Amino acid sequence: MQPDGLISQMQEKNPKAFERIYERYSESLFGIIYSIINDKVLAEEILQDVFMKIWDKSDTYDSSKGRFFTWTLNIARNASIDKMRSKAFKNKKKNLTADYFVDILEEKSNFVDRVDAVGVKKYIKILKPYCKKIIDLLYFKGFTQAETSEELDMPLGTVKTRNRNCIKKLREILVE
Amino acid sequence: MDIQKYISSGVLELYVCGALPEGEGREVSKELKKHPEIKKEVEEIEAALSQLSSAAAPYNPNEVLKSIQDKIGNKKVHRLPQEKRSRNNWVVYIGWAASIALLIGLFSLIKDNNDLRKDLNQSNAKKVVLEEEVNEAESKAEDAEGNKQEAEKMLAAIRNENTVKVKLKGQEKVAPNSYAAAFFNPEENKLIIDAKGLPEPPEGKVYQVWSLTFDPLKPTSVGLLDRFDQNEKKLFQLANANSSQGFGITLEPTGGSKTPTMSQLYTLGKVTG
Repeated sequence: MQPDGLISQMQEKNPKAFERIYERYSESLFGIIYSIINDKVLAEEILQDVFMKIWDKSDTYDSSKGRFFTWTLNIARNASIDKMRSKAFKNKKKNLTADYFVDILEEKSNFVDRVDAVGVKKYIKILKPYCKKIIDLLYFKGFTQAETSEELDMPLGTVKTRNRNCIKKLREILVE
Repeated sequence: MDIQKYISSGVLELYVCGALPEGEGREVSKELKKHPEIKKEVEEIEAALSQLSSAAAPYNPNEVLKSIQDKIGNKKVHRLPQEKRSRNNWVVYIGWAASIALLIGLFSLIKDNNDLRKDLNQSNAKKVVLEEEVNEAESKAEDAEGNKQEAEKMLAAIRNENTVKVKLKGQEKVAPNSYAAAFFNPEENKLIIDAKGLPEPPEGKVYQVWSLTFDPLKPTSVGLLDRFDQNEKKLFQLANANSSQGFGITLEPTGGSKTPTMSQLYTLGKVTG
């Protein structure tokens, strides 16, 4: 459920509301940022910038354009991509190959002592290879439908229906 | 519009990802406000994706919040000392003209002065923050006390020996899985609605409670379940002076309606005994 009450309180600059919003969205945005930048320290820096932006610009969120979650996603993805393109980052990470949320999940699931390792494994198991690709582009990297279609050499309509089926699989895990 | 077809087209998934062109996104936002089924679907998609990317987070970033709050807070505080600095420069200028010895003396004085000012500013800023915290804690305590009293009053009303409980069953057509309960005390004209089992009303809509008499069927409005999303316990107290034989809850446009919209009848139940 979208916390519309909290969002409007944050737009009126209520710091408590901001705190709730942070608690609610920070972890998933952190995952998005990390999957793009693949560096924990930088990801944390970007997360800070992203939430400062969410606070500063909250009055520009317009519910007729889309979900609040989607609005925050766009901020997070843009900030990460900007960072990745910056010179400092390029110098630091010369040999960086494109990263991918599945790699992160796999790496995470290898820590046997982690409580959530089992949960993470479920995602890897349930998603078909094309799902991993499609969700990576559309959700983690913020590609448009048209860009995804081009990247995967797949008709527009197929992108749409496959993405739905893949996310359906994810929802099955949630219900369990 | 065929809602099921719309949902299964995959457009909502693209909407949540932010992969639609702006125009199409606006269309979806409109449909979402009109149809609770679509809103529910979007929220489930969002929850699934949000969990997936949370799983990809290297750790839970709760600790990071503190430093963001510090930065947001500091912005306000830092503006204060700016103006005062120019006057110090002027003092320094005089110092130069006078003598180097005097200058050295002055420098140390200025430094002390600056340090003191800084301290003072910092203390003031700290004081403001502390005051805010105290105010907040006080208002929280008041809220909690108010909530507690309210809850106790409701509990007493529900337990009253004259209060009858009326189960309001979800109506097959609109909301088969919903339910609610009415606690009606005809002696004191009190009516409490427990709406925990109702979905959140879509934007621009509100639940309206109706007192019913049968043969012939006559509905009378008892009131609205106002501020539904903010009512944590989903218990609503209303006054009902009717000799009710039953109660119904319908979904109506904000502000309520004069007569119930029967096609949006969510729950219904008869008073027995």
